[in-house]
Amino acid sequence: MKNPLPNPLQPVFEPEVAQRNRLAAVWRLLFRLSVAISLGFLALLLFNILNQSFGYAALTTKIDPASLAVNGAALQTLGKEDLLKILQAKISKGRLRQLDRELPLSERSREDVYALVWQEVVQPEVAYTWPLLDSLWRPAAVRAEAAARYPQAQLTFRSWANASFIRSSQSSDPLNAGVRTAILGSLWTIAITIVIAFPLGVGAAIYLEEYAADNWLNRLIQTNINNLAGVPSIIYGMLGLAIFVRTLQPLTSGAAFGVSDPTTANGRTILSAGLTLALLVLPLIIINAQEAIRAVPDSLRQASYGLGATQWQTIWHHVLPGAIPGILTGAILAISRAIGETAPLVVVGAATYITFDPSGPFSKFTTLPIQIYQWTARPQAEFRNLAAAAILVLLLLLLSLNASAIVLRNRYDRK
Amino acid sequence: MPQTLSPQYAIQAKNLSVYYGAFRAVKNITLSIEQRKVTAIIGPSGCGKSTVLRSFNRMNELTPSASIAGEILFMGQNIYAPEVDPVEVRRRVGMVFQKPNPFPKSIYENVAWGARLNGFRSGLGRPNMDEWVETCLRKAALWDEVKDKLQQSGLSLSGGQQQRLCIARAIAVKPEIILMDEPASALDPIATLKIEELMRELAEEYTIIVVTHNMQQAARVSDFTAFFSMDEDRAGALVEYGLTTQIFTTPKDSRTEGYITGRYG
Repeated sequence: MKNPLPNPLQPVFEPEVAQRNRLAAVWRLLFRLSVAISLGFLALLLFNILNQSFGYAALTTKIDPASLAVNGAALQTLGKEDLLKILQAKISKGRLRQLDRELPLSERSREDVYALVWQEVVQPEVAYTWPLLDSLWRPAAVRAEAAARYPQAQLTFRSWANASFIRSSQSSDPLNAGVRTAILGSLWTIAITIVIAFPLGVGAAIYLEEYAADNWLNRLIQTNINNLAGVPSIIYGMLGLAIFVRTLQPLTSGAAFGVSDPTTANGRTILSAGLTLALLVLPLIIINAQEAIRAVPDSLRQASYGLGATQWQTIWHHVLPGAIPGILTGAILAISRAIGETAPLVVVGAATYITFDPSGPFSKFTTLPIQIYQWTARPQAEFRNLAAAAILVLLLLLLSLNASAIVLRNRYDRK
Repeated sequence: MPQTLSPQYAIQAKNLSVYYGAFRAVKNITLSIEQRKVTAIIGPSGCGKSTVLRSFNRMNELTPSASIAGEILFMGQNIYAPEVDPVEVRRRVGMVFQKPNPFPKSIYENVAWGARLNGFRSGLGRPNMDEWVETCLRKAALWDEVKDKLQQSGLSLSGGQQQRLCIARAIAVKPEIILMDEPASALDPIATLKIEELMRELAEEYTIIVVTHNMQQAARVSDFTAFFSMDEDRAGALVEYGLTTQIFTTPKDSRTEGYITGRYG
C-alpha cells in the first residue's frame, strides 16, 4: 500500500509500515490457528463421547418371551400369581431364596415381579451396538445389517446415559449397570478433599503472604510448595497408601471411632482417598490463594492500619474479602483436578467392583474415573458404551460443581 | 498510652534517624509540631519527607527492613517505647495517603468501619452511628454530595471526592493529629483547592502535618514549614523550620532560598 501521507522523515527512517503490518497479520493468524486447533480437539473428544453414548442397539433375549405365554395370554398381560409361577419354574432354588431374602416375593408388587421375570428368566442381552453417527446417517443400512446378522434381535435406539443408568449400581450386565455407586463415591471423596484442603490451603497462604518474614526458611517452604504442585499424582497415591491406609489405619478404617466393618478394616476407605486427594490439591490451593492475596492492593492494608486496625482485622475485613474470588477460582481448579484423579485412588485402594452405596467416610468406595477405567478395560463392546455414558456423567458433575463455585465467586465479586 | 501532660506541642521528633536496612534515609531530625496548626514538610524528592511523616504514627514499621533511632514524643510519651501499642498510636495519629484509597465498601461503611473497629458505642449523650457518619462527612465537606447515595461504593466517587472520603474516614476515629502524604498530588486543580480549604478548616480541631511537593500549596495552607534536604551521604536532614511566612520570605539558609525560588531541587 502506498503511504498517502507526505513523509519528510524519509532520509533517516524507512518505516516499512506495510511490511510490519503484514508480520502482525501473520502472528494474529497463528494465534487464531492455535485456538482453532484446540477447539477442534475438544470437539473431537465430545463427538467421540456422544458417538459412543447413543445409537442403535440390537437386543436379543435368552428365552423368547412369547414361549412364556400361559394359556395364550402374553407375558405382559399375566397377573402376579402366574408370574411367580414362571419364576419358581425357571430359576434355581438358591437364587429364588436369595431374592426372597432381599424382599419377600409375596410382598412385591406385580410390576416388580414382572421386572424380575424379565431380568432373571427372559434375560435380555445386547447383541451389537452401532455408534451415533451410523445410527443417524444411515439407519437403513443399520437396520438391514441387524436383520441379516441378528434375525431374532429387536433393534432399538438406545441412550446409554439415561435415568436408570444414574440410579442403578454396578452390575455385570451392561443393560442394568449404572453409576450411582461411583457418583456417590466421587461426591463423598470430593467433599472430604475440600473440607480438608480448603481451610488448610487458605490458612497456609495467609500465613505465607501476610505473616511470614522474608527469610531463607520461608523461601525454602515456598519453593517446595511450588515444586509439590508439579509432583505426579501417583506419588501422592504412594504417600496416601503409606500414611493414611497403613500408618493411620486405626483412624481411616474407623476402628478408632467404633466402626467395625471387616471389609474396610484395611483402611482403604473414602476417608483415605479424600485425605490423599487433599494432599494432592493442597499446593494448588495454596499457590492460587497466595496469588489472590498478593493481588489485594497494599494501599488497602495501609488504609486499614492507618485507622488503628490490628493485623488480623486488616486481613479479615480487607485482605480476605478482596482475595476471595481468586481463592475460589483456585478451589474450582482444585475440584476439577481432584474429581478426575484416577491413579492415586487405584494405589490407595478404590474398589473396581462394588454394588452397594458408600454410607460414610469409612466405606469402601469407587469413583467415576475408576469406574470409567474399569469399563473401558472390559472386552465386551457394550461396556465401552457404558464408559462413554459415564464420561458424560463425569463431565456434567464437574460442570455443575464448577458452576456452583462460580456462582459463589460472583456473589463475592459484585462490589 | 498514658494521658500525661499536654504540652504546647502536638508531637515532637527528637534526634530521629530512620534506617532501611543499613541505609540511613533520615538523620537526626529534631522537630516540634505545634498543636492545631498546619505544618508543611517540603523538600526535593528522596529527602525523607514521607519517611519522617510515616514515622509519626509508626506506619514505617510496615516496611519490613525499616528501623528507627531517637524518639517521637506524643503527649510527652515516646511512641516507640516498648509498652506502646502501634495500633493505639495509629488511632490517635491518623493518616491520609497520596493516592485516594477508599475501601471497596459503601460510602457509609468507609466511614463507619474505623469507628466500629475502635469500639464506637452509641448511647446516652453520644451520637449514634448514622449521626457520627454524617458529622464526619460534613467535616470532610462531602456530606452534601453523597447524602443521597451513602450505600453506593466509595469507589464510585471522583478522585477528589474519594480523597475527602478518606479524610472523613480518618477523622471518624477521632484522631488528634492527621498526617497527609501529598494528599492532592493525584487530583486536578479544583479538587486540590477543595482539599486545601478543608485542611484549613480541619486545623481548628486537629493538628495537621502535610507533605507536599507543591510549594504554592505549602505557602497557601500551612502555618509552619519544615524544609528537608539531602546531605552528602544521601540521608535526609532538616535544613530549616519556622513560620511559613518567614520561610518563604526571609529564609535563613541559602539551600532553602534556592529551593523555594526554584534554583535547586
